[in-house]
Amino acid sequence: MVTRSLRPAARSRLTARERARRAARGGASRSVPAPLLVPALIAVLFLVLPLAGLLIRAPWGRLVAALSGSDAIAALTLSLWTATVSTAISTVIGVPLAWVLARTSFPGQRLLRALVTLPLVLPPVVGGVALLLAFGRTGFVGRYLDSVFGLTIPFTPLAVVMAETFVAMPFLIITVEGAFQSADQGFEEAAATLGARRMTVFRRITLPMVAPSLGAGAVLCWARALGEFGATITFAGSFPGQTETMPIAVYYALENDPDAAIALSLVLLLVSVVVLVSLRDRWLRGSPL
Amino acid sequence: MTEPDHGGLTVDVEVTRGSFTLTVSLVAEPGQVIGLLGPNGAGKSTLLSAVAGLTPVSAGRITLAGQLLDDAELGTFVEASGRPIGFVFQNYRLFPHMSVADNVAFSPRARGQGRQAARAAASYWLGRLGLTELADRKPGQLSGGQAQRVALARALAGLPSLLLLDEPLSALDAGTRLDVQAELKRHLADFSGPCLLVTHDPIEALVLADQVVVLEQGRVVQQGTPAVIARQPGTDYVAKLVGLNLYAGRADGSAVTLTEGGTFVIPDHGQHGDVLVAVRPSAIVVSTGPPQSSSARNTWQAKIAGLTLLADRVRLDLDGPPHALADVTPAAVSDLSLDPGSQVWLSVKATDLEVYSRSD
Repeated sequence: MVTRSLRPAARSRLTARERARRAARGGASRSVPAPLLVPALIAVLFLVLPLAGLLIRAPWGRLVAALSGSDAIAALTLSLWTATVSTAISTVIGVPLAWVLARTSFPGQRLLRALVTLPLVLPPVVGGVALLLAFGRTGFVGRYLDSVFGLTIPFTPLAVVMAETFVAMPFLIITVEGAFQSADQGFEEAAATLGARRMTVFRRITLPMVAPSLGAGAVLCWARALGEFGATITFAGSFPGQTETMPIAVYYALENDPDAAIALSLVLLLVSVVVLVSLRDRWLRGSPL
Repeated sequence: MTEPDHGGLTVDVEVTRGSFTLTVSLVAEPGQVIGLLGPNGAGKSTLLSAVAGLTPVSAGRITLAGQLLDDAELGTFVEASGRPIGFVFQNYRLFPHMSVADNVAFSPRARGQGRQAARAAASYWLGRLGLTELADRKPGQLSGGQAQRVALARALAGLPSLLLLDEPLSALDAGTRLDVQAELKRHLADFSGPCLLVTHDPIEALVLADQVVVLEQGRVVQQGTPAVIARQPGTDYVAKLVGLNLYAGRADGSAVTLTEGGTFVIPDHGQHGDVLVAVRPSAIVVSTGPPQSSSARNTWQAKIAGLTLLADRVRLDLDGPPHALADVTPAAVSDLSLDPGSQVWLSVKATDLEVYSRSD
């Protein structure tokens, strides 16, 4: 009788700790094959190195001075309030749209859903051009706003809010729509048998039950609005104090005051980390939205 | 045609869901508890859903206290929120984001009462069901029995004219089920409107209901008081549920010729034509030889197909004809060396055979 010996690779040392882990949770070896490990490490380096560079090059000594200089505070203030306002607008009009997409059916619904999510994949600059063509002084809507109400939108803070809302609202809509779809409708049936009309059901049952997703969607929407660059600079321009948001300020500062650009970038990085921490329950544990 | 305005529920409907059709006609008087008994997929929950207004009927009508709720021919349909009903769902469906008190106050509030009045109504019903100290808890912090009581309080707080209960005890473990069942019986007795109670547990139906409607594959196969259902099951399904042997046959004089083969002799049963014969498994005597002097008039040979140990006895599955389930003591199994495949004699006294006409 011939016994085949084990291939060397299949034999390895198993530490007591690893033995205990496998016994408790089952599962096979956790070692990573080299063809996967090397690209994975390259990916990590690629993602982490630039951020490390930002921290290394940061003018820590004169950070406050760099930030307080000229337009930084104005840009930060503008970015914070426009992102917040566009998130509020997105919530007020986006949540009802998400409900309509999730809970009703009508002809052309698929097309509508595609249109609504288009800004997710559309280059933001194109969004800015589109907004300009619609709401610009000579745009097909803006023309009447200008002549009838004397309202000029482009290159104003309102234009910043509109550009940010256009780009960021779809994030909120798709997050909340998914939640509306997966929410257990048994609770809504129960509410109906207890005498609640549809609007009461929405307000007291459906909305509270999707609240965690609404929160996540709002944070995503806010973060996207805060980082908006292309649509904003196209539709709203970059007037310091008026329409120059943080990302735009960073871009211009890089030319004449690199230290200020780095300082501003650090602020945005800090905000992003805060956003990530606030979403950690949903993202860092690998669960889907 | 007008229904008498007596507060009762009349249902005469067909509900089609895909390829499944439910055809039911029933009347529930005020204060009466109708137990809807049937296997999974028989249409019990579909019926509740139609009465509640969660599923429109495909044909026929539903009226409550003379008020038309749904009429497929006229096109009348009262939305669920407009029906004076209380619904206790199978898994209760307590709103997870609200306290117990807010759950119970939900219906009074949704039906137009002010915040204060709704809160007062909630505390009344919480007190009545012994839930006052749980008022501030969230549904996730309740035991099964507590959640069941909260669900009942929430349904009753809307002052419904009709109560619908969908397997109200099925989510409970066996230990608490009996207590909650006794309690539920008390509360149902206090309720003045009609009540439909869905269950697949025969004991639940027999204990809680005044009248039992047996549904199988979307049709009513038997209707009657719990006593009648338990003694004279109309189908094999019901017979199995209540633990009886059931035989279909033709009565001619004192002899009943069974459809599956074999004859029972039962003097003075007074039935003619198609009949059903029911007999308790414990009434069947098992012996290894032909019974000698015995008052039993009916004996036949059978082969043991299987043995199952029940709590304190062994149930024999016997091939006849006629087939039978018979209960013996574990001691008898070893004394008579009963094994699968062995031949035995069965006998049953004529007085233990319940003969009744087949209703369908």
